[in-house]
This record gives sequence, structure tokens and C-alpha cells, in this order.
Amino acid sequence: MQGVRVQEAAFDMGVELNRFASHVAGAGAIVSFSGVTRDVASGDLEAMVIEHYPGMTERALTRIHDEAMGRFSLVDAMIVHRFGRLPPGEVIMMVATAAPHRADAFAGAEFLMDFLKSRAPFWKQEITADGREWVAAKSDDEDALKRW
Amino acid sequence: MDLRYFAWLRERIGTGHEVIETEASTVRDLIEELKQRSEAHAFAFSDLGSIRAAVDQDLVEFDAPLTGAREVAFFPPMTGG
Repeated sequence: MQGVRVQEAAFDMGVELNRFASHVAGAGAIVSFSGVTRDVASGDLEAMVIEHYPGMTERALTRIHDEAMGRFSLVDAMIVHRFGRLPPGEVIMMVATAAPHRADAFAGAEFLMDFLKSRAPFWKQEITADGREWVAAKSDDEDALKRW
Repeated sequence: MDLRYFAWLRERIGTGHEVIETEASTVRDLIEELKQRSEAHAFAFSDLGSIRAAVDQDLVEFDAPLTGAREVAFFPPMTGG
């Protein structure tokens, strides 16, 4: 299993996805999702700073990963999430799932994302010319967990 | 007991880590105790609806017991992804 990784360094999502795909013999479907630092409404994002809780982060991500593996017919799943200071347009994180058929691959990836957003201890702060602001959690994110 | 604070909770309290002696039996009791420590603590814990807690790195509700707990963390709702 390719599991979870938490790192400060940038990564190439193409390289990650190809490596993942080369270790999932028997999978007929591979789905991936990548989150990218997007601009704020005012359009002057200088950077996104991501704080996390070392130890609990890995523990929470592993739990979410294992839960997805058990719940869907996945051949494998992976999660990579960065922390630290990220300029606009950088890849923050990615998940990938591999399954015999696409329904499980899509559902598994959505499950990973829904839980990762509000159950893994990461906090985003936006830095603009006006200052720094912690990103508030959306009630939609919490609501998204109810469908599972 | 080790206490850890993250994001704006860390900023309001002024530190990400402190070690305390406590007899609190639940997370909620611990919060009430912490609010007495300083004005910064009282301010940080003024709106419990925007605070989450973890005991030994597992997310818990405020009525969770602290029996045997070594590390308790407080932070705002998570915003990963």
C-alpha cells in the first residue's frame, strides 16, 4: 500500500500519479484529485501558510485512508499533503484511488477528500498585502460528512 | 499534562505548548480551568463553538474523560485539503 505522506517540499503530481498507477495491478480505474492554492477574492494572495499537528496528522490521515480502503473496493489509495508556506498556484495536496471499476475509485476519492477537509488537523492561513487571515471552516464541509 | 494549541488559538494564547498540573476530569473541566490562567486564555476559549479538542491525538467531544491523558490539544475547526 502506498499510504499517506505529510511533507513541506513541493511534489510533482504527474510523477506521483504515475508512480501510484504503476503499483496497482488489476485496477481498471484510477481517480486523482489535487488541491491548488487559489487566489483570494481580492486577487492578491501572496502565500498560503499551512499549519498542522505533527503526529496527529499522520494518525488521522492513516485512519481516513484505511477507512476508505475498507469501505470501497479499492486496490490502493494514497494521500500526500503539504504544510508550510506555499505561493499561489502550488499543489497543496493530492489523493488518488485505484479500483476495479470507476464508481469505487470516484467514491473513494470523494470520501478521502471529505474527511481530509474536516478531520485531518491542518489549518490554512492566507497572506495578502492587507495582512494574514486564518481560513474559516465552512459548514458545508462538516455537512459533507453526513452522506457517508 | 502537555497542552498544545494550533492556529489562532496558539496566537491568542501566545504559545503553542505548555505543561500544566491538573485534576480536571473532562476536557470541558480543563477548559474552565484554563480560562482562569490568564486573560489571553479566557479570550482564546471564549467561544467554545469554534474550538475542537484532541486527547492523545484523537479528536474528542468536550465531555471526554482525561483519565490517563498525556497530551491535550485545542484548535479551531480544521481546514485541510
